[in-house]
Amino acid sequence: MGGDLTPALLAAPVWTDAMVAAAGIPIRDVELVTVGGGIGSFVLVDQLRIAGLPASAIRVLSTIDQPWQTYQYLTRVSQIPEHERIRSDSASTPDNIWGFPSYAVREAFTASTLRGFTRPLWQVLTEPVLSDYYTPRVGTVFASMAREAARIDWPSMLVRGQVRMVRRRAGGGYLTILTPPADGSESMPTLRLGSAPRRTAAPAELAPATRRIAYRSRFVHLAVGYPGLRFLPDLQEYRARHGDVRRVVNAYEPHEHVYDELVRHPATVVVRGAGIVASRILNRLINDRDRQGARTHIVHLFRTYVRGAHGPSVFMRRRGGDGWAYQGFNYPKSVWGGQLKARMRELEGAERRALYDAIGGTNTPRRRVWQEQLARGRREGWYTTHVGEVHTLEPGPDGTVVTRMRTADGMLEVPAAYVIDATGLIADIREHRVLADLLDHSGAGHNPLGRLDVERTFEVRGTRSDPGRLYASGAATLGGYFPGVDTFLGLQIAAQEIADDLASVGFGQRLDSRRSVTQWVRWMRNQPV
Amino acid sequence: MVPTLGGRVQTRLFLLATVGVVLTVLVVPVLPGAGADYGGAFGVLVAVAVLGVGWELIYHGLQQFRWEKDWPTGFGLVTGVNEGLLTWLAARGGLVPGAGGVASSAFAMHFAVVWLGVWLCANGPLRVAVPRWRFHGGRLW
Ligand SMILES: Cc1cc2nc3c(=O)[nH]c(=O)nc-3n(C[C@H](O)[C@H](O)[C@H](O)COP(=O)(O)OP(=O)(O)OC[C@H]3O[C@@H](n4cnc5c(N)ncnc54)[C@H](O)[C@@H]3O)c2cc1C
Repeated sequence: MGGDLTPALLAAPVWTDAMVAAAGIPIRDVELVTVGGGIGSFVLVDQLRIAGLPASAIRVLSTIDQPWQTYQYLTRVSQIPEHERIRSDSASTPDNIWGFPSYAVREAFTASTLRGFTRPLWQVLTEPVLSDYYTPRVGTVFASMAREAARIDWPSMLVRGQVRMVRRRAGGGYLTILTPPADGSESMPTLRLGSAPRRTAAPAELAPATRRIAYRSRFVHLAVGYPGLRFLPDLQEYRARHGDVRRVVNAYEPHEHVYDELVRHPATVVVRGAGIVASRILNRLINDRDRQGARTHIVHLFRTYVRGAHGPSVFMRRRGGDGWAYQGFNYPKSVWGGQLKARMRELEGAERRALYDAIGGTNTPRRRVWQEQLARGRREGWYTTHVGEVHTLEPGPDGTVVTRMRTADGMLEVPAAYVIDATGLIADIREHRVLADLLDHSGAGHNPLGRLDVERTFEVRGTRSDPGRLYASGAATLGGYFPGVDTFLGLQIAAQEIADDLASVGFGQRLDSRRSVTQWVRWMRNQPV
Repeated sequence: MVPTLGGRVQTRLFLLATVGVVLTVLVVPVLPGAGADYGGAFGVLVAVAVLGVGWELIYHGLQQFRWEKDWPTGFGLVTGVNEGLLTWLAARGGLVPGAGGVASSAFAMHFAVVWLGVWLCANGPLRVAVPRWRFHGGRLW
């Protein structure tokens, strides 16, 4: 099959149209491409469409059909089924750029009972003091995005395929190389599992070199989500050495078999991590005890154990206890619009990193149900915790896995039927091919946290190809002037910055009050933009 | 709401000057009791704005003790109680031009309508009219 990348193309940092044509790669023209097609791409396209850009000016290059598909996969495996509530708040509405009406208001006005009406409203009114933060059901979020996708004509902009690279173009703008699906088959959203054994991979990645297509555009936006799934070295080694992927699992890969087995046979399970995913897994294990009669014994391993409120000063004290650091969202709320957003925007280098350290780190919301469950587990003895650093995992007798860890009192051995790792999804941005290519050939660099360095406008620093610009948002850009990037609201904030920057160079109009109001009315009436 | 100090003051002044004025115009004719007139009512509105700048400084100070540096939705409603009381005392003490003789029922109703209207607008419509407002700490300019 012709039309493939050539050594000359691979080596050249800047491509001419003639080079691409000589390789036999067909070129398509469009003003802006967004790579990824997940929630980050979706909220940018939503913003641009509402600001007045036609669908014909935009192409979405993606391996998924629905923008929420990868998010849906990750939430499902990490124990947020459709009826469960997510982490972000009522005004984090990826289907609505205004955050109004918020999810709580919508839930109230679609309720069929008086209690259903008052409950969400009371909760937002009294959060986070008398109630936990109101958060919407994940199913509601998907449904709302489906409605908005239809309204902005998302399907007409979507092009299926895997993006291989983006290179600067001689004469301005960029050339984005897409590998279309080999046989038009469905490709599943997946994460590359670091160097661990690959269990799944997008077919496009496995397929032999297929014909490529080049998208020639003035603007490119990258929203490729998580660069990869991080596997702790000890887990990786165990899995590689013993070929056992059943007993030692990552929370972000399918692991229903663990819960099924634990309902059938009483056993011990080790849970690692102290973030929201660890909370969700504990919640699932305890629900199975309460509702399905499981008699699981849970051993929860902490690397650092938070005993109480902590922080550098009386003005910066985060709640904590029982091992956990507590906060509603992954950063303090004012990161998405208030004081901390303003402050971080002015910081560089080490100062920026220090503030990230103070307000970030592993944390989980302090939800009343979770508190009750764990307190009961401690009281009744089926939930225990250990603090220390895991050394190795080894197979034990009777098909168990033994976790050997270094604690304050010396080496400890914890035998268990299963180990669930919920320590994180953070991988090196180099693990993503498109980002690695950008670092190697297009002048992109690292920010103080080691991720992709972006400007306040989310333009990727160093990659300018006048009159074109390249932007990025999402997890790959964490560590920039705005910390909340890897959330719905953060992606919307990025989208607004990008849209305004695009308008400043003549691509589209800056959304003004008049248009904002008329477009909001259209949104309310579910009329096309 | 996650306001900055500047955002707090700007939002308050803007909403009182728009929503507050409109609601005052509408509500004064139907206020109960004696002594309710536009002069007094607008005096009260100005007092809420002027005293409010002081209040915002206090709220901003309190907010510094909150880890999230936020100001939950409910706080914006509940602070109407302390502000209402202080404004009432100021009116009674003759510090609010034209509002010295206003009946307590008229004052309470006027204040409550304005407060609720401003709070509702800050929690919805304002985000539509000023699409960057909520990401800029409540600043309008
Ligand atoms: C378990 C979990 C729960 C979360 N809960 C919340 C929450 O409650 N609230 C909140 O605000 N945020 C939440 N987040 C964070 C974040 O908002 C979501 O992960 C969101 O989906 C991120 O959007 P994104 O566009 O950056 O990435 P994604 O939605 O993952 O989209 C990126 C897409 O790019 C595709 N892609 C990657 N490389 C290529 C390529 N080379 N070519 C073509 N396509 C490519 C991927 O397949 C993927 O589909 C959560 C995250 C996780 C993991």
